Amino acid sequence: MAIVTHAKKACTVNPLKMSQPIGGALAFMGLRGCMPLLHGSQGCTSFGLVLFVRHFKEAIPMQTTAMSEVATILGGYENVEQAVLNIHKRTRPEIIGICSTGVTETKGDDVEGYIRLIRARNPEVAQLPMVYVSTPDFKDAFQDGWEKTVARMVETLVDPVDAGAPIQRNARRINVLPGCHLTPGDLDEIRTIMEDFGLQPSFLPDLAGSLDGHIPDEFTPTTIGGIGVDEIATMGESAWTIAIGAQMRRAAEAMKTRTGVPFRLFERLSGLEANDEFIMFLSQISGRPVPRKYRRQRGQLVDAMLDAHFHIGGRRLAIGAEPDLLFDMSGLLHDMGAHVMAAVTTTHSPVLERVETEEVLIGDLEDLERLAQERGCDLLITHSHGRQAAERLNIPFYRAGIPTFDRIGAGHQLTVGYRGTRDTLFTIANLLIADHEANHDATPGTWRGDGAHGAHAPLGKGAHAPDTLAHVAAVH
Amino acid sequence: MTSLSATIQDVFNEPGCGKNATKSEAERKKGCTKQLQPGGAAGGCAFDGAKIALQPLTDVAHLVHGPIACEGNSWDNRGARSSGSSLWRTSFTTDINETDVVFGGEKRLYKAIRETIEKYDPPAVFVYQTCVPAMTGDDINAVCKAAKEKFGKPVIPINAPGFVGPKNLGNKLAGEALLEHVIGTQEPDYTTPYDLNIIGEYNLAGELWQVKPLLDELGIRIFASISGDGRYKEVAYSHRAKAAMMVCSKAMINVARKMEERYGIPYFEGSFYGIQDSSDSLREIARLLISRGAPEELMARTEAVIEREEAKAFAAIASYRPRFAGKKVLLITGGVKSWSVVAALQEAGLELVGTSVKKSTREDKERIKELMGQDAHMIEDMTPREMYKMLKDAKADIMLSGGRSQFVALKAAMPWLDINQERHHAYMGYVGMVTLVAQIDKALHNPMWQQVRKPAPWDRPGESWQARALAQMDAEAAALAADPVATEKARRAQKICHCKSVSLGAIEDAIATRHLDSVEGVRLATDATGGCGACAARVEDILKAPLPPKVAAPALKAAE
Repeated sequence: MAIVTHAKKACTVNPLKMSQPIGGALAFMGLRGCMPLLHGSQGCTSFGLVLFVRHFKEAIPMQTTAMSEVATILGGYENVEQAVLNIHKRTRPEIIGICSTGVTETKGDDVEGYIRLIRARNPEVAQLPMVYVSTPDFKDAFQDGWEKTVARMVETLVDPVDAGAPIQRNARRINVLPGCHLTPGDLDEIRTIMEDFGLQPSFLPDLAGSLDGHIPDEFTPTTIGGIGVDEIATMGESAWTIAIGAQMRRAAEAMKTRTGVPFRLFERLSGLEANDEFIMFLSQISGRPVPRKYRRQRGQLVDAMLDAHFHIGGRRLAIGAEPDLLFDMSGLLHDMGAHVMAAVTTTHSPVLERVETEEVLIGDLEDLERLAQERGCDLLITHSHGRQAAERLNIPFYRAGIPTFDRIGAGHQLTVGYRGTRDTLFTIANLLIADHEANHDATPGTWRGDGAHGAHAPLGKGAHAPDTLAHVAAVH
Repeated sequence: MTSLSATIQDVFNEPGCGKNATKSEAERKKGCTKQLQPGGAAGGCAFDGAKIALQPLTDVAHLVHGPIACEGNSWDNRGARSSGSSLWRTSFTTDINETDVVFGGEKRLYKAIRETIEKYDPPAVFVYQTCVPAMTGDDINAVCKAAKEKFGKPVIPINAPGFVGPKNLGNKLAGEALLEHVIGTQEPDYTTPYDLNIIGEYNLAGELWQVKPLLDELGIRIFASISGDGRYKEVAYSHRAKAAMMVCSKAMINVARKMEERYGIPYFEGSFYGIQDSSDSLREIARLLISRGAPEELMARTEAVIEREEAKAFAAIASYRPRFAGKKVLLITGGVKSWSVVAALQEAGLELVGTSVKKSTREDKERIKELMGQDAHMIEDMTPREMYKMLKDAKADIMLSGGRSQFVALKAAMPWLDINQERHHAYMGYVGMVTLVAQIDKALHNPMWQQVRKPAPWDRPGESWQARALAQMDAEAAALAADPVATEKARRAQKICHCKSVSLGAIEDAIATRHLDSVEGVRLATDATGGCGACAARVEDILKAPLPPKVAAPALKAAE
């Protein structure tokens, strides 16, 4: 059980958090032929756009209502209307996804009302699917924007199924609602696994279709793949919904309310036990035995855990990530014998108190760096903005999460499934081995009494409680 | 204390700006900013621009007052480099929440300034205003003033909330903040006759350091750099410099001009991109310093350095000539920098396509610059499919451009080189041009291209998606050509002035009906060229060309 605390300071230093409108925009990028539109000043869009370009190394479709000072004060109807008409004319999207921002929420623009008026006044967009999500920048975080947006997609794009009416359900068809902590590579892995059980997954949203870095079949200024509006509409025919990450509970419940499709939530898909559960669930709903391929992969993961535990066991981990990613990664390394000494996140979530550590802090990378220093951490996991801290701390740094802008291949970083877990363990263990070779190999002076090497007392459950709690008291 | 809108008006009135000087009173009032088009806009906001301009000051704490989006989504994403403090890469933001929006965020801002000073002890704190607190009425000037008195440190308000305009305006507002609050507030320990301010250079990828050794060799001291690898104290005493070089053209012209006005520091607009430009700039620096009292012999030493460096660079570039024989470069980017590399590319034996650059004489320079500026605008408005067709039609072997078009080029298996903000390589000075040529060589001759261009073995020839896209466009073009009414309509709809969104048809009509014969006349009648001015060359061409034949009149009627 972890205590969830807030950083008590006025100034955020080295933010871990990103804003929720761009979390929403990313969710829209998993729809086919979509143009995400932020209702705000043009900087709101351009910052998000640059961030995603640097992370995915892809062209990113994202537009702005380009609110000026005057338009912001008078209300943004004209801007939203012009933006919708311009996007419709120039890019012929299949759907426009609109997120509000801090500026337009401070004014209080009624965008739902605007959309009705735009449809009424402009017959050419009367039938164009548009989804609006309220995502003020001054509330919540990236993950929340994603969560709200996917739930809103379900509420507006899935055809409702009347509870009383008979419905032809397709036993093979499964809805998958993935959290924003999964990469396009993760989604492809999950798709492959499910297809190997003879299931037909529909991912909402499907970033693997749009941001997996493939060469598109045509030039399009909107998203170059992802799930189509038509496919979303029929998700009520599926036999099951699988939600991945606690953030997806809201969308899964919305799906159940709207269509009656039952759901199963997997909070983690990285690690041996998590995947055992997942695979057995697939076997159960498909009525098929576990394919040989996964029996072999499980064996390989077990062997990888045996090989990696020498290096990961006893490590003191400092991790900064959004709640679901934090829960998954810290859980995986805890399972391997690492101690989660410092955990910093961006927003509230029910999983936080179950993170295997004493305290989870809602804070920033300054907090993470300080805690890592004070608690003698020797492994850092966070997104690329942790690079300065890693350099100052001089400890191995594993990049996880958005943005990862200073390495390539972020979209294909694989952590789910037996295979993904296996490779993640290898990567992290190799990082630690390389660090040992570079910085900690024995020299004639190593044991000459300054106690710097391997000086930490043994850690077990509660063993480090006194000093960390004392620290918490000192901070707050 | 001037209000924000007064400052913006003042910036629009900037007499040092050549574009501005040719405008009418009414137009100047409208400002020099491109009309933002909802749903069709790209690029950053004024806050972004202000931060780009000032963040390279390395020892300052840059504190952003706003919701997490403004800083959390964008920090540590610039390629500037520091030779000293790394504080500029530490991100500070008030990350305001709902409560601050409702009750005001001034208290939080004040506390944030205190925490920043207590923890990091910077020589100064720059506080950036953003849209939300600007709307709710947080008075950052007052907070900064109070904090400055309380903590005894300069706390500088940078008033450029995003929604007042684009990046370019933000650059200038940042300059205004320096002029009002920083420049002239401290005194240097000593001065020399060789003290030079460099204004508007950001030290991207550390490229200023490719030029600095030459200045060091000549005994010229970079007195203050605004802002690449700059220090707060340097900016504060920069009013004691002898001369200034303004590097990034229009971005901070207000700073250079007002420093000349207030402190008598002469400046020139120059560039270190390109061999010729580097030499010209070194000469100009020497000339200005001598005019302010440096010994005459500086010029002879400068000429010697120029001769040596030019010979070295040209020799290095010449070695690439055989490898570049018959290779074509498509160069697309706005601004002065693109012009500056043209000469070096030609020296290396590369042929430039896409922009009408042939043998470039000095007289052509302005015109070429304008044309390239226009092309940069065009590419912003192009769909990826059109961009690909342009690459194909140009039969170029490599494309040099800013970041936005890179993925179209790469997905089309076209070698591409970044020559804009986020690039990783330093292209300044004589060595920089050699680096650029080496990079082009590396990109062009990578054997990888041959493999990635090969279709998948199961694809049938001519069925690739690129071929399909081109065929589709050709078919559309053919359908258009078969229909004279539509052709005429399309021709007339072709946009000439992208800033003010004026079509060819509108300009032709204005010329015909009002018997116009000058760019100025066209501008007054249609607004064309009233934005960035880059399309003036095109309007000149239209003026020179015969008006469309009368036969087209009925078709034209139908087209309307």
